Amino acid sequence: MIDSLKLDQATTIVKGAAERLEEVVIGEEMLINMGPQHPSTHGVLNKVLKTDGEIISEVFPQIGYLHRGLEKMAEKLNYHQFMPYTDRIDYLSAMNCNFAYCLAVEKLGAIEVPKRAEYIRVIMAELNRIATHLVFMGTMGLETGAWTPIVYGFREREEILDLFEMTCGQRLTYNYMRIGGVSDDLPGGFVDKARRFCDALEKKLVEYNNLLSYNQIFIDRMANIGVLPADLAIDYGVTGPPLRGSGVKWDLRKNEPYSVYPELEFDIPTGKGEQGRVGDAWDRYMVRMHEMEQSIRIVRQALDKLPPGDIRAKVGRVFKPAAGEVYVRSENPRGELGFYIVSDGSANPYRLKIRTASFNNLSAVPPISKGTMISDFVLSLGSFDIVLPEVDR
Amino acid sequence: MLKEYIDAIKLFAEQNLPVINVPVELWYTVWLFIFGGVVLGGMMMFAGLAAYAERRVAGFLQSRLGPNRVGPQGLLQFMADGIKLVLKEDLIPAAADKMLFKIAPYVLFIGTLGVFAALPFSKYVGITNLNLGLLYILAISSLVVIGIIMAGWSSGNKWSLLGGMRSAAQIISYEIPIGICFLTIIMIAGTMNMNDIIRLQEGSVINWFVFRYPPFTMIIFLIYFIASMAEVNRTPFDIPEAESEIVGGYHTEYSGMRFAFFYMGEYGNMFAVSAIASILFLGGWQSPLPFFILNELFGDYAVLTAIEGFGWFLAKALSFVFLMMWLRWTLPRYRVDQLMALCWKVLLPISLACMLVVGVWMAL
Repeated sequence: MIDSLKLDQATTIVKGAAERLEEVVIGEEMLINMGPQHPSTHGVLNKVLKTDGEIISEVFPQIGYLHRGLEKMAEKLNYHQFMPYTDRIDYLSAMNCNFAYCLAVEKLGAIEVPKRAEYIRVIMAELNRIATHLVFMGTMGLETGAWTPIVYGFREREEILDLFEMTCGQRLTYNYMRIGGVSDDLPGGFVDKARRFCDALEKKLVEYNNLLSYNQIFIDRMANIGVLPADLAIDYGVTGPPLRGSGVKWDLRKNEPYSVYPELEFDIPTGKGEQGRVGDAWDRYMVRMHEMEQSIRIVRQALDKLPPGDIRAKVGRVFKPAAGEVYVRSENPRGELGFYIVSDGSANPYRLKIRTASFNNLSAVPPISKGTMISDFVLSLGSFDIVLPEVDR
Repeated sequence: MLKEYIDAIKLFAEQNLPVINVPVELWYTVWLFIFGGVVLGGMMMFAGLAAYAERRVAGFLQSRLGPNRVGPQGLLQFMADGIKLVLKEDLIPAAADKMLFKIAPYVLFIGTLGVFAALPFSKYVGITNLNLGLLYILAISSLVVIGIIMAGWSSGNKWSLLGGMRSAAQIISYEIPIGICFLTIIMIAGTMNMNDIIRLQEGSVINWFVFRYPPFTMIIFLIYFIASMAEVNRTPFDIPEAESEIVGGYHTEYSGMRFAFFYMGEYGNMFAVSAIASILFLGGWQSPLPFFILNELFGDYAVLTAIEGFGWFLAKALSFVFLMMWLRWTLPRYRVDQLMALCWKVLLPISLACMLVVGVWMAL
């Protein structure tokens, strides 16, 4: 066995991992297939690990098991018809994907969206962000071996899904937003129910922090694991909570404001290295926990400010934007979701490229995983919170 | 203990039923099979019920119901599970070392079952009364590790191998603090006989070994509890079967009844370590009061003492089992090296220091 001192070294290596690895690796290396049916792959990701015992020397992620050719499909469908497909980009935050696509098409067609619709969109997007992060909290718990947080996370998420079901009849793939607005107005009782939910969740979050986030074992496991330095994160195009976990204050809702976000007050939580080094798995985890608090703030303000009026701009059934191209990005729960649309003046997009956060975030996992143990690799991958349909599209 | 009873039955039979004249060896063999069957059945029953209880406790802690369909309150769930497991195909992977793969679950199970032979369940009730009971338990329970390594190695699966290796490292490390805890008790009691150890704690709560040299025996008790949780692979020490990391660990490739043996071994072990904790530190079947309640109420019959003793023993042991379940559904798990660090850098030095202090205290 390798002595624990060297193990300690091995687990904290970030940069120059390869050099130090020489000292640590003594035994024979083997290739292990982790996935696509491994419990902690979050779907169908196959990682080929080159390991010496439990210490990983290289990771090769194999993607493509969920490739559906969304971008090609978009070329065969008109702008309205592609909306349900955006739900399938990231099934855990379908509202946000709807939102991002709408923003892109509206910019392309220079459509003015009614104020009420904008607020409804923000409420939905932020509620969906909370739902996603609740699932993340649960899976992070599972990854560390705590079985209970996922049940609690799903319990709270259920309330959000109820709210969505009230509004649009769907619980997972909503297809709620429309080019120029949203499909339905908020039903009666929605505002009260959403407020009650915000109040309840705020208390629950404290409980979850006590149960999981500040649990000493959890901190021991997560701190100093998978440290992603800010420059490396930027080099790899990492966005969203992993980037903010590395201490970079970058949030498109603030830095490149869209919709009604400039009218709302909220902070951008960043990783501060509270329990270990800046940019470790715990920071990435905690950024999301704080983001939920901020989302609650946003939802409350949006509910207060919700103006009366139309929920949808007049957009023709045959929508033909002028020829041109546009790239619009927005802040998804997992990072930057961008749509690059080229229009040739017809009813279908000429080309539609989706830039998803999970793909870029995943690419940063192999370089920071060299020299870590399998247990730590699971955590550092989990803390990026990738979603496979978003990686493969 | 059992031998005395068999002898008594034989004597009784010879006096009252003069026709019976069986050779002594056959007589003992038959009765050993009968008692063995009782213990085996009891343990399987316990394992099934514990698995059911675990799921109910988990449901309670996670604000859901848990199994409640089969039988009253789902109590017969373990029967349904058992039947399902028996009916499953017994898969053996092509890459497996077939011989070892088949034997491994039995080795593990024997290791667990063997412990039950030395446990005094109540006053007058037990299988054997070994003079070296504690040593025997320490020795026989090590078979579990061998079973786990065999399973991990023979599966022909890298995840199983990792699980088996982790498990071996963990259990062997944690046997050392457990050994120190045993030594402390042996020092205090001056015997390794389980029945004598219990008899020395007679009286009431204050005579229990956990309160003998405060607070050192309490610390020893705590260390024993932590180490025994690691020994039976429960969260936060369930590293050998950490699902999110190495799939199912050493029993990834097992199915059907062989898997059930691992399962029963795990729950049986859980009960065994809890029982040992209650025997060594909390007086086993001794009543926490200075007297046995049933004896006080209905007179001084040995049967009543035995029944009540068994009740106390079960209550003490099962409360540990519940505590283990509670912890499992609350805590995350440690990493392999953190676990080793906890064992070698924290538990071992503290237990050694406590043993030293207790020794000096006894000499004073």
